[in-house]
Amino acid sequence: MAKGKLEIKKMATAGSVESNDILIMISQGEGDIEIELESVVEKQFGEDIKNVIRETLIEEGITDAKVIAKDKGALDFTIKARVRACVQRGVEA
Amino acid sequence: MNYLNNIDVRTVKVLEQSEFPSKSQPKNKLIENAEELIRGLGLKDNAVVSFHHHLRNGDKVLNTIMKEIQRTGVKGLTLVASSLFPVHAEIIPLLQDGTIENIVTSYISGDLAKAISYGELKGNIIMQTHGGRARSILNGEIEIDVAFIASPSADKYGNISGVNGPNSCGTLGYVIADSIKAKTVVSVTDCLVDYPNYPADITEDYVDYVLLIDSIGRKEGIVSGTTKVTKDPIGLKIAKDTLKVMEATGLLKDGLSYQSGAGGISLAVTAFLRDYMIENNIKGSFASGGITGYLTNMLEEGLFSSLFDVQCFDLEAIESLKRNPNHIRMSASQYGNSEVSAVVDNLDIVILGATEIDTNFNVNVTTGADGVLMGGSGGHADTAAGSKVSIIVSKLFSSRIPLIKDRVDVITTPGTTVDVLVTERGICVNPLRTDLIEAFKKAKLDIIDIKDLKAYSESIMGKPEPIEKTDRIIGLSQYRDGRIIDYIYQVKK
Amino acid sequence: MNYRSLLFIPGNNPGMLQSSDILGADGIIIDLEDAVALTEKDAARILVREYLTTFEPRKGVFIRINPLDSPYFYDDLDVIKDLKITGIVLPKAGVEPMTKLEEYLDEHDLDLEVIPLVETAMGLETALEIVQVSDRIIGLFLGAEDLTLDLGAKRTKESKEIEYARSRIIAAAKAFGIQAFDTPFTDTDDIEGLRIDTKNAKDLGMTGKTAISPRHVDEINKAFSPTEEEIDYALRVVEGVKAANEKGLGAFSLDGKMIDAPIIKRALNLLKTSGDYKEEYDELLK
Repeated sequence: MAKGKLEIKKMATAGSVESNDILIMISQGEGDIEIELESVVEKQFGEDIKNVIRETLIEEGITDAKVIAKDKGALDFTIKARVRACVQRGVEA
Repeated sequence: MNYLNNIDVRTVKVLEQSEFPSKSQPKNKLIENAEELIRGLGLKDNAVVSFHHHLRNGDKVLNTIMKEIQRTGVKGLTLVASSLFPVHAEIIPLLQDGTIENIVTSYISGDLAKAISYGELKGNIIMQTHGGRARSILNGEIEIDVAFIASPSADKYGNISGVNGPNSCGTLGYVIADSIKAKTVVSVTDCLVDYPNYPADITEDYVDYVLLIDSIGRKEGIVSGTTKVTKDPIGLKIAKDTLKVMEATGLLKDGLSYQSGAGGISLAVTAFLRDYMIENNIKGSFASGGITGYLTNMLEEGLFSSLFDVQCFDLEAIESLKRNPNHIRMSASQYGNSEVSAVVDNLDIVILGATEIDTNFNVNVTTGADGVLMGGSGGHADTAAGSKVSIIVSKLFSSRIPLIKDRVDVITTPGTTVDVLVTERGICVNPLRTDLIEAFKKAKLDIIDIKDLKAYSESIMGKPEPIEKTDRIIGLSQYRDGRIIDYIYQVKK
Repeated sequence: MNYRSLLFIPGNNPGMLQSSDILGADGIIIDLEDAVALTEKDAARILVREYLTTFEPRKGVFIRINPLDSPYFYDDLDVIKDLKITGIVLPKAGVEPMTKLEEYLDEHDLDLEVIPLVETAMGLETALEIVQVSDRIIGLFLGAEDLTLDLGAKRTKESKEIEYARSRIIAAAKAFGIQAFDTPFTDTDDIEGLRIDTKNAKDLGMTGKTAISPRHVDEINKAFSPTEEEIDYALRVVEGVKAANEKGLGAFSLDGKMIDAPIIKRALNLLKTSGDYKEEYDELLK
């Protein structure tokens, strides 16, 4: 269920580059969602990971953001959690 | 037909006393200049040169010699190296300029491996097993023109010892076949000792030249101080479950023969096995393969009566090899040559790793998750074939890199010789081993169908995209008996 | 359920969380308190929530929330209230924090177990009162690191300085028939030290022990599991009682020792832990 539309007000990060984690950096976008991903499993799961990031952003009410993600093999639950935490931090003024 | 070709002995010419020989002299084998030696060898285009990997990532010999050969301008060489490590990335330009055209090896990692996967080698790479390499050299399938033997110590007549010298590495098991069969054998050393050098792994009668250079290696790259058991809780959980599997096979009893790799989980299995053997008062027969301090301790504790050592992994192993007569040097042929009687055929249990395993139990340790070369059989396929029970230990979830596939990228070890898979999320038994399935049932050991474990893994990680490959075959995965079990493809950049 | 071992899992560590169900512990305590940096409290809560809503919940999942006197107490509870977990570990337990927690749980009608973590002098001296605040409490957990700090005691491996605290916790727990969980052994590499420490705690009457390292779990489980000899003895006691009852004897002796009610009760308790208990034994103490 999508929340009301929210806006990224400041640059924020969440997560880490430890194994099984992902570091998400979020900042204001240029009209849509732009994702830059670097992953240890880019070839196998790169598209999946980007989709999870995008869907989670939309669930959180974000449609305009630039995301830079450094993935160390995080599972989906971790990716979602880091995106949510990052959004929470980024929408606070 | 006999030795004399059935000639009439009356026709044989007998030497005149004036023609009688003078006293024999020691051969002059010592050369102190690499360039002089290489020029003197007169290598031709398409020659075959060989090296061993006992100095592992500390080796300087292969780079030094190959660059010297490059200067002579010969092209199209076949490099037969028992293994190649990141340190050997220095020879990438020799692939590009055509000095090296083909490579035959049992393990390859680092940037050189990457370069080959991306198509830098003009010819092909043949990935052998340790036993298969010895077999192919001894039976003449591969004819080596010159074997360059990195020698931690040598005397000037070519008695080579791996345990003496500042760059000691222990046994020289992987290069015995080369020393026997190569047309020319060169000992390359930085530690010339007084005659006779002993205990000699290779004796002077097999050696043609002794080349003295400044340094054959970097000690810290050759052996580790003390190899340590993993502290990773998942690795320990797998090791613990592996001990239960071994117990359920019924093989943990007096006379046990055992081998494991030197990876963290495998070492942990060995550590748990040690406790088990002490607790249950079990006296094993032998342990084999690459030897670590863990195994030498077990030898000294009487848990094994002997060790067959093809490669020393740490300083403790080298020390033990020097002083313990029950710590035995083993050649790669004795280790795993399928055409002769080999130690692997008397193994009860072997513990092995896997980068990937498929639902037919085929194992890949040759390429990584991205399809790029990053390993090789080593003794994997040899021991899997020879042992009564081969057990693969691996994490199911290692940073989202999938372990179980429908088909592994490159088959290193055929599934018909792989018996059990132990992961942190379940134990799988090859359906071919109905005897083990029965035994595990009796031992109340839970097992899971490998297809179900794969489905579970994919339910959590997702199904990976297939690796993008080109149509170009860059090499072959060769089974220990010389037959080819898979192609190796060039990877898209 | 009787927990021999409770393993701490750092709440902001995805690798540990995703493996937390296979490390052999009877229960886990996902930690939002000390294992999580102040700047990551929000991220840890979200991660724990995602983990617990994604994966099939196992039995024995506890969450250690932040203490009442921190700014995170209610934030933590607001996330937890929607999660399928077994219970909560309440740090810096005292009568007031326990009361506030109980109020929150009542208000939201939550069926959660609680393990008060006693780690202050006041908490220790009021342990009996804390337990009486709530029926949700299934055990008391001694936290020796913070407690010794509060007491001004020197923390040592021998743990003589916490003998009183251990005994006090054990007495308070036993008085209400709940579990007593011992403080974790903090030297993760010293398995022999762990063995001695666990034995000391068990001999005083602790019924389980917490761990901060997965490598401690096996040793703890082993220490709190009855040995073969103990099980054999308990079964012989039970058989003896049955025989004596049949013969109409009030008391009997085994191996030259009088078997009385406390011994029978202990044998029955042991058989419950080992899984060898049978329903027919219910009759034996009547």
